[in-house]
Amino acid sequence: MAVDAGAFEAGPRTRRARLGLSGFLWRRPWLKALSLLALPVAAFLFVYIGALAALMVSSFWTSNSFTAEIEHTWSLANYRVIFSSSQPYLHIAARTIGIAAAVTLTDAILAFPLAFFMARLAKRRTRAILFVMVLLPLWSSYLVRIYAWQTILAHDGAINWFLNKLGLPDQNIAYTNWAMWIVFSYVWLPFMILPVYAALERIPDSYLEASADLGARGVKTFRSVILPLALPGLVAGSIFTFALTLGDYITPLLVGGPSSQFIGNAVYSFVGEGNIPFAAALAAIPLAIMGVYLVIARRLGAFEAL
Amino acid sequence: MRRIRKRHALGVVALAAIAAAFAVAAATVHASAAGSNLPTKIGKGEGSLNLIEWTAYSDKSFANKFEKQTGCKIHRKDAGSSGEMFALMHANGGGGGGQYDLVSASGDASLRLIYARDVQPINIKLIPSWNQFLPIFKSPAHNTVGGVHYGVSVQWGPNTLIYNTKKVKPAPTNWNPIYSAKYKGHVTVPNNPIQIADAALYLMKKKPSLGIKDPYELTSSQLTAAVNLLKGQKPLLKRYWNYAPDEISSFKNGDVWIGAGWPYQTLLLKASKAPIKEIVPKPTTGWADTWMLASKAPHPNCAYMWMKYVTTPQVEAKQALVFGETPVNPKACPYMNKIEKGSCAGYHLNEPAAYYKTIKFWKTPIPQCGWKKSSSCMDFNSWELAWKQIQG
Repeated sequence: MAVDAGAFEAGPRTRRARLGLSGFLWRRPWLKALSLLALPVAAFLFVYIGALAALMVSSFWTSNSFTAEIEHTWSLANYRVIFSSSQPYLHIAARTIGIAAAVTLTDAILAFPLAFFMARLAKRRTRAILFVMVLLPLWSSYLVRIYAWQTILAHDGAINWFLNKLGLPDQNIAYTNWAMWIVFSYVWLPFMILPVYAALERIPDSYLEASADLGARGVKTFRSVILPLALPGLVAGSIFTFALTLGDYITPLLVGGPSSQFIGNAVYSFVGEGNIPFAAALAAIPLAIMGVYLVIARRLGAFEAL
Repeated sequence: MRRIRKRHALGVVALAAIAAAFAVAAATVHASAAGSNLPTKIGKGEGSLNLIEWTAYSDKSFANKFEKQTGCKIHRKDAGSSGEMFALMHANGGGGGGQYDLVSASGDASLRLIYARDVQPINIKLIPSWNQFLPIFKSPAHNTVGGVHYGVSVQWGPNTLIYNTKKVKPAPTNWNPIYSAKYKGHVTVPNNPIQIADAALYLMKKKPSLGIKDPYELTSSQLTAAVNLLKGQKPLLKRYWNYAPDEISSFKNGDVWIGAGWPYQTLLLKASKAPIKEIVPKPTTGWADTWMLASKAPHPNCAYMWMKYVTTPQVEAKQALVFGETPVNPKACPYMNKIEKGSCAGYHLNEPAAYYKTIKFWKTPIPQCGWKKSSSCMDFNSWELAWKQIQG
């Protein structure tokens, strides 16, 4: 009782102060926004944008060839080397982009039917089981899964064993670009399934009923209703599969062949040599590609499906 | 519209300001010069020793005793490649970043570490076993510049030709099979620019007209010839191997039949009962490793104690047999035989001086040609760029 009375007595003063503060902030909406956003914005600017800016800046420097000392003179030398046709870097970039695109397409084709089944046909229990199965690989290390594929694709691995059982000859898939395509498609598949599932799940049943009422058959409904509404999901998924493949360097190292270098591998070896400026310039390539990709994705409404 | 543009401009200014701040921060970081006053005796241990090493270079089987004797607790950072070692030493302002004391650098990284001032001169007199070393490892060109020692040699080994005895017939006698189409699609070589030297060594005999005198000192035209040979080799390859376990697994599962490697891989493959043999072709390339003292080593006394310890005959013998390499101290011979009968001869520690002439040890290519008395040779940077062109 006594405590309650005390609180009641102190009430008007604190209440007045609180009202004063809220009125003060109400009159200055910018201050309210600032106090709310100061911390995340500072982190964003310094940790995220700052790192990118430092990367971009150092890409215009050069590295002393022998001592690996960075020379702080501005030049476009690194970019000139990257874009010169006598150098291998454009070739490496083309290979990286090509495989990233192939992986994205493969994952879209594989993910769509599964996501459709999960979102629209499966019962709750089946859906839960499928979800666990899709997510299960993500619980184990990415490296372990790549090594697993190494043994599956190897000369004496599961694939050749299976082919031999069928009376077919051995295939040399290990250490080729085909191996990379298979492994990338496998590791990034869940990242395609989930956004496509989310997009498909959001299509109201009434749309499909309306389509049927208007006389559209299954194929027509699929083409004119489901696919356009699922497209943002597909594009959102493709951002993941494309970007993740574009930036990878471990899979090429472990399952790639003699001509499987990715941009990431070139970056890695230049960093290893202490030539940070050239590595930074190379790293700008995927950054630019993803920039363009995101603009297109936004046009297609991908960010509404995330 | 106006407002938006103004905000935009503000963002650009902010970004530019941040960029400038980072630029200034990065520009003020400079590698410090190496100290020149050599210690005359080893002081009291600092209680800690931080190593950048090849895996098992401070194996517990001999390092535990050291820790007990000296009280220097070892902290290990295993590196996967020479490039990684150099990067680790050069990071955080260089010289080991004030974090690392010693690095077990191979010949393809040691001169770079010296010229980048990441390592400092040492007083070789504080390492008594040095007097027992094979003469060629006392002051080799890859760790001694102008009579100044930047570390102490520790172990070495030849680059060997490893092959699958069931698939490769007849048994090879030289490096030719990895350049010929007979085993197309089943060859492997290391992913390392220093591999260019192996091509140059092959060309020394194959094309004397190129006038290659030293596989690590190549003129522009000689480098081009070696690069062309390696570009022609590429279609024969199954893969380039990056880390020793990669090569081991490729041999084990039958994807690779023949390739360049080290005795270490052969040792492990034989242990797993794979049908694998190796030869040491003559001539061949080889590596020699040096424990080098970081220029900002925080525990120099423990570092000296370690260099002193690992070069003693008993420890040399132990390390050699753990890793599958050869000591630089021939006094290790009886100790090797005691651990494993015949291993001293098996690792060629009892060979005459002529044997070592057939091994061209790794050294970082620099512009100064020893044989030409001029600065017209291609430096390591050119080798790295050439290697990237081959890999493409």
